[in-house]
Amino acid sequence: MAGAYDNVKIARKVSRPTALDYINHIFEGFVEMHGDRQFRDDKAIVGGVAWLVDRPVTVIGIQKGKSMEENIERNFGSPHPEGYRKALRLMKQAEKFGRPIINLINTSGAYCGVGAEERGQGEAIARNLLEMAELKVPSISVVIGEGGSGGALALAVTDRVWMLENSVYAILSPEGFASILWKDAGRAKEAADVMKLTANDLLEMGIIEKVIKEAKGGAQNDFGFTANLLKSKLVTELDILCDKPVDKLLEERYARFRKFGEFTE
Amino acid sequence: MAGFKLPDMETLRSRVKDIKLEMPHRKEKEKHDVSVPAGGIKCPSCENVFEKKELGKLKICPKCARYFRLNSRERIRLTVDEGSFEEFDSTLQAKNPLNFPEYEEKIAKMQEKTNLKDAVITGVCKIGGEKTVIGVMDSGFMMASMGSVVGEKLTRAFEYATKNKLPIIIFACSGGARMQEGIVSLMQMAKVSAAAAKHSQAGLLYITVLTDPTTGGVTASFAMLGDIIISEPKALIGFAGRRVIEGTIKQKLPDEFQTAEFQLEHGFVDLIVTREEMPIKLRDILRLHSGRKDGAE
Repeated sequence: MAGAYDNVKIARKVSRPTALDYINHIFEGFVEMHGDRQFRDDKAIVGGVAWLVDRPVTVIGIQKGKSMEENIERNFGSPHPEGYRKALRLMKQAEKFGRPIINLINTSGAYCGVGAEERGQGEAIARNLLEMAELKVPSISVVIGEGGSGGALALAVTDRVWMLENSVYAILSPEGFASILWKDAGRAKEAADVMKLTANDLLEMGIIEKVIKEAKGGAQNDFGFTANLLKSKLVTELDILCDKPVDKLLEERYARFRKFGEFTE
Repeated sequence: MAGFKLPDMETLRSRVKDIKLEMPHRKEKEKHDVSVPAGGIKCPSCENVFEKKELGKLKICPKCARYFRLNSRERIRLTVDEGSFEEFDSTLQAKNPLNFPEYEEKIAKMQEKTNLKDAVITGVCKIGGEKTVIGVMDSGFMMASMGSVVGEKLTRAFEYATKNKLPIIIFACSGGARMQEGIVSLMQMAKVSAAAAKHSQAGLLYITVLTDPTTGGVTASFAMLGDIIISEPKALIGFAGRRVIEGTIKQKLPDEFQTAEFQLEHGFVDLIVTREEMPIKLRDILRLHSGRKDGAE
C-alpha cells in the first residue's frame, strides 16, 4: 500500500505544476501586481487581478521555480515577510473592490533567515491570520503542492480550503517532525504516516472541504484534467459564496476555524 | 564567472529549510553540577553560585540580574491584585487527535510534575483596580507549546473579554506549536487570531507581554497581534529557531539576535519593562484606556 510519504514526494516534484501554471490556465487576462509598498517585491509570491470566466477575482499564489535559476529568484517558494505583506495588500484591495479571493498555496514553509526575522516573519504571518478572518469578500484557498505550516496558513484563513489530491498540508515537514519528536530525521516516512498530512486524511478530519482529483502519478501527468476540474469547482463555489450576505459569510468563516481542537472539559 | 557552478538541487533545498514552529531551545541550565551545594543554584549567565532563596520572588539573579523563568502561578501572583483572580476552564485537558504514540502518557507526566492541566492559565482579575482578562503561558509544561487546550482556552478568554467589553493581557512564552497534535495545533493559530480580530473590532485593548522564549507559531499568531506589545528584558523572541537559521545561512548568529532588545530596535516591540515595574506599567496602560486616571472607584 502506498504511504503518505509518496504524496510528499509527488507534492515536491520539480515537474509539479506551479501557481502560475494554474493561474494562466484557469484565469483570463491576469494582470500581475508587485510589491508590498514597504520594502520590496517578493517573487516567491505572485498575485494580481484576473477573470474567472466573467467574474473579476484577485488571485494570489506561492510560486516555486521550474529551473535552478528561477528557483533562486523565487527563493524555492519560501516567502519573506514582504511576500505575506504583498499578499495582504492585494487581499485588502480585493475587499475594497468587492472581488473574491483565490489563493494557491505551494511552499515548504515561510523562509527562515536573518532578513526574514529582522523584518518580522512572525508578525507578517500573524497579521494575515487576523486580517483574513475579517475580510468582507469570499475567499477560497487551494493547496496545490506543499502546504508548509504557518507559511501556508498565512494564505489559508479562507471560507473554503481545498487540496489537490497529492498535495500535503502539515505543521512541519515529516523530516522536521521526526527530527524533533524522535531525534531522527531518517524516520520521515514513518512520521508522514502519523501526521495525517494527505488531502484525504485532512478531508476526513474536517480540516479541508474538498479534494481535487489528479491524474495517476500526479497532476503533471495530465495538467489539463486537474486544472479544468479545479476551474469548474471554483466557478461553482464562488457562485455559492458570492450569494451569501457578508454577515453570514464572516460568521461561517469564524465558525469554520473556531471548531478546530480536541479536548475534554 | 568562469568555473562558477550552481549548486545542485539537493544542496539548495537543504538551504531552504522547512520552518520549525517548535524549536530546540537554549536550555535553562539549572542542572546541579558537583560544584553546586544542595539548595544552591548556579546562574547560567554569570555562573555565580548562590542560595535559591536569594533569587527572590522575582527570580532574578542577585549577581548579574539575569531573569529566571517564572511559572504561570508565580507570574499571576506577581501581577494581579491579591485575591482578584478567578480562573476560567481549569479542567480543560488534551486529547490525542493524531493518536500519537505516548502523547497521553507525556501529558499525564507533565500534569503531575507541574500541577497544571496544560500550558496556559486563563481568567479574569484586577490590576491596580482595573478589571482585565488575563492569560499566562507556562514554559514548564511542554515548553508552553500550543495545542488544542492552549488554543481553546485563549479563544474562550478572548470571547469572554469581547462579550464583557474587557481588555485582555496575554503573557506569552512558547516553543511553538504542539507537534504531537499535528495540523490541529496549526489550526489553533488561526482560531485564536480570529478571536483576537473580533476583540479588536469591538474597540477593546489587547496587550501582549512577551517572555522568554516566545517563538514559532505563537509568535506567528496572537503574540504579535497586541495593540501594545511589551517584552521582558533579554527575552528570546523570534519566529524561526536560531539553529534552523544558522543551518540555512551557514553562519553563527550574534548573541543579541532575536532578543527583546533586537525586536525593539526592529520595531516589533513597543517597550521593554522590567519585572519590578510590570504591574505598575500594566495598570498605567489599562487606566489610559479606561479613562480612569485616578483608578477605579
